[in-house]
Amino acid sequence: MNKLSKNTKKINILLDGKEVEAQEGENIVELAKRHGIDIPVLCYYEGMGECLGTCRVCTIRWKRHHVSACTLKAEEGMDLTIETEDLKDLRKALIELLFVEGNHFCPSCEKSGDCDLQHLGLKLEMTVPRFHYRFNNRSINFDADKILFEHNRCILCKRCTHKFEDDNGERVFAFKGKGSNLSVEMNIERANGLSEELVDQVVELCPVGAILKKGKGFDRPIGKRKYDE
Amino acid sequence: MTNKIVIDPVTRVEGHGKVTIHMDDNQKVEEARFHIVEFRGFEKFIQGRPYWEAPVLVQRLCGICPVSHHLAAAKAIDQIVGAHQLSAVGEKMRRLMHYGQVLQSHALHFFYLAAPDLLFGVDGPVEQRNIVGVIQQHKDLALKGIKLRKYGQEIIKATAGKKIHGISAVPGGIHKNLSRKECDLFINGSSELASLKDCIDWNQEVIDFMIDYHKKNKSWIDSFSVFDSNHLGLIGEDGALELYHGNLRALDSKGRAILNDIDYTDYLDHFEEDVKEWTYLKFPYLKKHGPQNGWSRVGPLARLNICDHINTPLANERLEQYRKFAGEKIINKSLYYHWARLIEMLHCLEMIETLLHDSDLQSNNLIVTGKRQKTGIGVIEAPRGTLIHHYEVSEKDEITRCNLIVSTTHNNMAMNKAVELVAKKSLEGQEKISEPMLNEIEVAIRAYDPCLSCATHAMGEMPLDVKVLDSRGHELFGRKK
Repeated sequence: MNKLSKNTKKINILLDGKEVEAQEGENIVELAKRHGIDIPVLCYYEGMGECLGTCRVCTIRWKRHHVSACTLKAEEGMDLTIETEDLKDLRKALIELLFVEGNHFCPSCEKSGDCDLQHLGLKLEMTVPRFHYRFNNRSINFDADKILFEHNRCILCKRCTHKFEDDNGERVFAFKGKGSNLSVEMNIERANGLSEELVDQVVELCPVGAILKKGKGFDRPIGKRKYDE
Repeated sequence: MTNKIVIDPVTRVEGHGKVTIHMDDNQKVEEARFHIVEFRGFEKFIQGRPYWEAPVLVQRLCGICPVSHHLAAAKAIDQIVGAHQLSAVGEKMRRLMHYGQVLQSHALHFFYLAAPDLLFGVDGPVEQRNIVGVIQQHKDLALKGIKLRKYGQEIIKATAGKKIHGISAVPGGIHKNLSRKECDLFINGSSELASLKDCIDWNQEVIDFMIDYHKKNKSWIDSFSVFDSNHLGLIGEDGALELYHGNLRALDSKGRAILNDIDYTDYLDHFEEDVKEWTYLKFPYLKKHGPQNGWSRVGPLARLNICDHINTPLANERLEQYRKFAGEKIINKSLYYHWARLIEMLHCLEMIETLLHDSDLQSNNLIVTGKRQKTGIGVIEAPRGTLIHHYEVSEKDEITRCNLIVSTTHNNMAMNKAVELVAKKSLEGQEKISEPMLNEIEVAIRAYDPCLSCATHAMGEMPLDVKVLDSRGHELFGRKK
């Protein structure tokens, strides 16, 4: 997390042509938010430490290149382009790609209303993807006692593989395979050893409905979910 | 030479189907078939999903009565989690949702789909015989119909979370209760919502209209699509009309018990399903009576036939009036479905009134659980009839098998029979099909308010296509709309 520090050097940068004050090294997503600009994020979350930069949904333009805002740190004299029609469309396209690559089954997903991907789809006004669905043949891992891993909905964001550990400091989830065969594998023994609290944490950490707590289901009414108005 | 008439698609019903009528050389109807040409396959693709998804996923096979599927699946999954007796609030919230559902679905059918035939006549101007015609010519009636349906929809929204495809019935209960303020709003109404009293009064007015209609058209109603059949449905312990939970009862056309108030979890011991190569819709029947004699009608007509009484006073009074008018306890006349439907709406409104005054709805004891089991069977009386959901679940929480017997499926044989009777009466000796003839067949089907989307687990509107074919299957002529 990029907390503002009194000791950090103050600098000036341009956000969509408007000069704003920043601290050197400040996370651009947080900086923009502080100045009223909401850059969409998916793999990023506040307080995560080192950013993953996997989803690229926070793509902005700097020096005529597309860069992910969550991995970019403020430097003196930066001139960043954020809110343009082409960038908005690019972000929307990235969300669409995530939808067509998986089999998200939103209507029956208990994460519906709490899902970051679904929320971004709605926020970016995605109605139908411009890309063909891939209908990948994926499975559900029912083997753990407390956790169900729904591979159909996994977007390979790395949150669970890189930002979650059990009480012994061991990772429970890891990548397996390469390219289009890349998937997240769950260590069943370690998953079974997780406390209820840690299970709740990792379910919350997953931005989609891939990691689910067994038996939790649709436990909250419509109107009380994260993204219900 | 045999001719065949095909009606494809059939209109003002939920889903898509067609009718073929086979004529012999003498222009006599040899056979009539009501084909359901949609297929969806929910029983297959629910396999491999976690059990708690069933109430939310399977209801997607219909947008008209998803609550019925939501609740039938929830009842089945209750058994999986060992919740054999829900908390008071769990049971009552679900009942309230269900009465709202039956009310809105029946209102939709009566005012939007059936009323055009009743108000303008089967042979009335085709451009008028629709909901728009009803609004133009009978604005007051149409408005009351719309508001009655809205009342049911708002009850569903308050109890399930949204009007279509809600999520509140969870394994072992419900995930929300209803505040006193919300209950009072439904009792008293608002600028946006009719009061409960207004709804009851309007429902009574429509029943009076229906009685008057029956008086004026008695000879037609008493002769249109009348045939003997068994009648099947859930029944309360005291023999009362029961829409949410009870035992299964079937009576034959004379009122003799052929299925004697059995526990519905034993349904496989009593039911089998026949299949035909020309339709995706199966033909359920009682095993001991076989496919020819074991089929039953379900839905409002059947439910009022099998019940001894209704446990709400106004509806019970209307039931007695209905039976007295018909002159028999077991009514085998298809067009009585409409009247029966209106009586059930009144029953639902009375039940809603009782529940809205019940403080159990404000309880927080929402969910109960017990010992896990592998099989769950849930049965409910959906607006169109007896709905059976059956799931098998592995120890790892995966659904391994699903069987759905949907209301319209039970009525399959009855609808075929109804079409055949009307075809024999109206089409024999004809050389072409007029629009009123076409509609007469639809009226026979429409009485059953079939939901072909649910029955074959498919969706869509249901236009009508009729074709006449010769003995070699060649099309001679037809009519489509």
